[in-house]
Amino acid sequence: MKRRKGTNESLMIKAGGELDDRFKLAGPTRVLMNKVFPDHWSFLLGEIALFSFILLLLTGTFLGLFFEPSMTHVTYDGAYVPLQGIEMSKAYESSLDISFEIRGGLVMRQMHHWAALLFMAAILVHMLRIFFTGAFRAPRETNWMIGIVLFWLGFFEGFFGYSLPDDGLSGTGLRIMEGMTESVPFIGPWASAALFGGQFPGTSVISMLYIFHVFLIPLIMLGLIVVHVGLVFAQKHTQWPGPGRTEHNVVGFRMFPNYIMKQVGFMLFIWGVTAAMAGLFQINPIWLFGPYDVSVVSSGSQPDFYVMFLDGLIRLFPAWEFRIPPYFSLPPVFWPGVVGMGLSIVLPLLYPALERRFTKDRAHHNLLQRPRDAPHRTGLGVMVVAFWLIGVLSGGNDVFAEKFDISLNAMTWFGRIGIVVIPMALYYITYRICLGLQQHDREVLAHGLETGILMRDPEGRFYEVHQPLAEPDEHGHTELEYNGWVVPKKMNRVGALAPTDKGFFKSIEEPTENGGEHRDEIEAGKHQ
Amino acid sequence: MSAHNDDSQPEKVDLDDPKLSRFDVYREGLRKDGIEIIHYEPRFAKPGTAAEKRMERIVSGLFLLSGLFATAFVAAYIFWPWEYEGAASWREPQTWYTPVIGITLGLSLLLFAVGVLTWAKKLLPIEELVQDRHDGGSAKEDRKFAESTVDTTVDDMGIRRRPFLVKAALLGAAPLGLAAVAPLGALIKDPADMLTVTGWNAEKYNEGNPVRLMMKDGALVRPDMVSAGGQITVYPAIEHGASNEFPTAPSLLIHLREQDAELLRENLYPMYQDVDALWGNYVAYSKICTHVGCPASLYEQQSQRLLCPCHQSQFNVVDNAAPIFGPATRHLPMLPLSVDEDGHFFAKSDFLVPPGPGYWNRPSLPEEDEQ
Repeated sequence: MKRRKGTNESLMIKAGGELDDRFKLAGPTRVLMNKVFPDHWSFLLGEIALFSFILLLLTGTFLGLFFEPSMTHVTYDGAYVPLQGIEMSKAYESSLDISFEIRGGLVMRQMHHWAALLFMAAILVHMLRIFFTGAFRAPRETNWMIGIVLFWLGFFEGFFGYSLPDDGLSGTGLRIMEGMTESVPFIGPWASAALFGGQFPGTSVISMLYIFHVFLIPLIMLGLIVVHVGLVFAQKHTQWPGPGRTEHNVVGFRMFPNYIMKQVGFMLFIWGVTAAMAGLFQINPIWLFGPYDVSVVSSGSQPDFYVMFLDGLIRLFPAWEFRIPPYFSLPPVFWPGVVGMGLSIVLPLLYPALERRFTKDRAHHNLLQRPRDAPHRTGLGVMVVAFWLIGVLSGGNDVFAEKFDISLNAMTWFGRIGIVVIPMALYYITYRICLGLQQHDREVLAHGLETGILMRDPEGRFYEVHQPLAEPDEHGHTELEYNGWVVPKKMNRVGALAPTDKGFFKSIEEPTENGGEHRDEIEAGKHQ
Repeated sequence: MSAHNDDSQPEKVDLDDPKLSRFDVYREGLRKDGIEIIHYEPRFAKPGTAAEKRMERIVSGLFLLSGLFATAFVAAYIFWPWEYEGAASWREPQTWYTPVIGITLGLSLLLFAVGVLTWAKKLLPIEELVQDRHDGGSAKEDRKFAESTVDTTVDDMGIRRRPFLVKAALLGAAPLGLAAVAPLGALIKDPADMLTVTGWNAEKYNEGNPVRLMMKDGALVRPDMVSAGGQITVYPAIEHGASNEFPTAPSLLIHLREQDAELLRENLYPMYQDVDALWGNYVAYSKICTHVGCPASLYEQQSQRLLCPCHQSQFNVVDNAAPIFGPATRHLPMLPLSVDEDGHFFAKSDFLVPPGPGYWNRPSLPEEDEQ
């Protein structure tokens, strides 16, 4: 074989030159590869959602090859014996076929469903991180709003998705949606008739949901995700305060190779976990629920977790119906179902503007805040989380009642009272905790670290020796400014923000070949 | 140390200088993007040490193992018996198809992931860089250029000078926008009587003959089919009467015990007294919850309650199925019952009030408003 001319390197340079001649890539390539990203584990929560979304597109495409979004009646004649001879819709039949008669179909279905749950859970946790650290503040309000819209699109995408198989459980979910639609004043019955092509459940809703689920909503979501990530890129990521970090710079590592490799690894990791879960843990066993029948439901009918909050609110809301007989009535489900959902969409969208208004803080913020440094916001966040959690728990209150042998009515009353009282109490408690933490930080900065060494002075008083963090004045005080980041609280944390120990399960004490130098430095610093 | 405040920019580097190393050129490229290196050192001080070799071996091993599991996945996907043949014992290989392909695929992905991550965390150089953020708007100059560009364009189009043209365009565009959404009107359907008339309506669905009660399988219902204290779900005995085509028709036929029936007769709303809605100790209630429409199908015999499992509305069977707990506000409508000469139950009429979830102009009778 004839040897190729030149080395691999020169070949690459030649190929790069050819590409650059045509697309002018040299500049953008350098900018992209050198871009600096700040590093913190909490910055990767949103990525979990992104990577689950990609997995959803892949698995969803597989399912789309075999699913038939049709409500035409058929008699089941497939492999699953208990349902043979039962009347059902084609949608349900093809979902059963995916589970039993398509090679690997069940794994794909379960991977799709697990990825959907992971997607929504990751969005929620990511949203909390953004909220509690103040990352939504100017100039990033737009991206916060896009994120909220993505959550709600994901909410409906997921709801429509688990409605598609047309099994007993999904039909029940649609029925509740229909009841909520019907409750809207004046247009309710018309809106319901438009959704279901006449009377619920009709014969058209599955194909309507299908086009939303596989085309319209994913398309909008994909577009918004591109903008969402693009804005993070263009506006540059926020960073935690720390040495050398200012509002005007980004301290971290380069996009290539460091960041991109961690991202690829993280993506494969999430896919791997989801695939293993799809193989090991059953989810939404539609064959146990049977086809949807308006007259059949069982207890323990729960929606997917991200819908449970709304279901819980509907369960808790008292039987209050506003009536002007005989012309008008406002069904009770309207308040938690329609107004509650509306507020859950609008208030988060408005939050950055509201906070701007109340704090009169119009500056740009690129450094994150520790939750303790914004006690009102943190309290409010905890309040909302508590409200949401009680809603979620109440969405499964029949299961709690059964498993823990509690009266169902007691569970409902616990929820009704708890959802009002607990969030308010937690707001106050959180606020006080934040102030306490702030105070302790200031105390350490002023007086130094607690050493745990107790001394007794000649008059018999006991006191604790403090190690000042800087040269103290004549009163033993240090004038150190709080810089918005972790203040060391223990002697062995001075000079090192991370634990100096290495090792995952047990600490590796002996200095290693590469870490030794570093370690000596730290120890030397401690002994000075 | 911050690159932003660093005024002492290094002097311009001559890229053609042969003494320049690749790293010098690279660092000059970083500077063009406002990036300074704070810290940059190879992960292993001495290249080719035992520790570095060991790390290389670990990462390579992870990649190779990942490939092994991927191969196992493909092989299992193709060759593992997968056809579902009814419930099989755990000894049958097809029981394990889903776990096997899930785990092999998962492990393959996870091992590759750990390989890439280890490469990034244990072999890449230790680095810390700082980049200027350039937060805030564009440079003053750029803004000025943009403003003049937009203004020139607006003037070129004459938007300010030709107000009528603009108004005409808007007036034309508004109906055009309407025309774009108008086809959605194809979805609009008159709900007509879909919320008020059910399958029990004799005129509409049974040529005026009273609609008899049947069970899911089509068997007509006789009183002796329900023992005292028992209940069954009944459907209108018309074509597709037990299907989802008649979603508001399913009803619960309950055979009350004597004392419960007495209690109910005492409590009976006048509208049900007028039509003599009970037949003996038998009563039939709509099964569709008046909250949001789930079947309120859990019958608790001891407390004579019907419970809807969706949102836990509870209805009192011996008091017109009036709501006593949970979010529902209206009673479950009663189906007026009687028995024909063949001994089969039939509905004397449709429900007197619409069954199912509430809506803004849901007709209600005075008796109901009092509750």
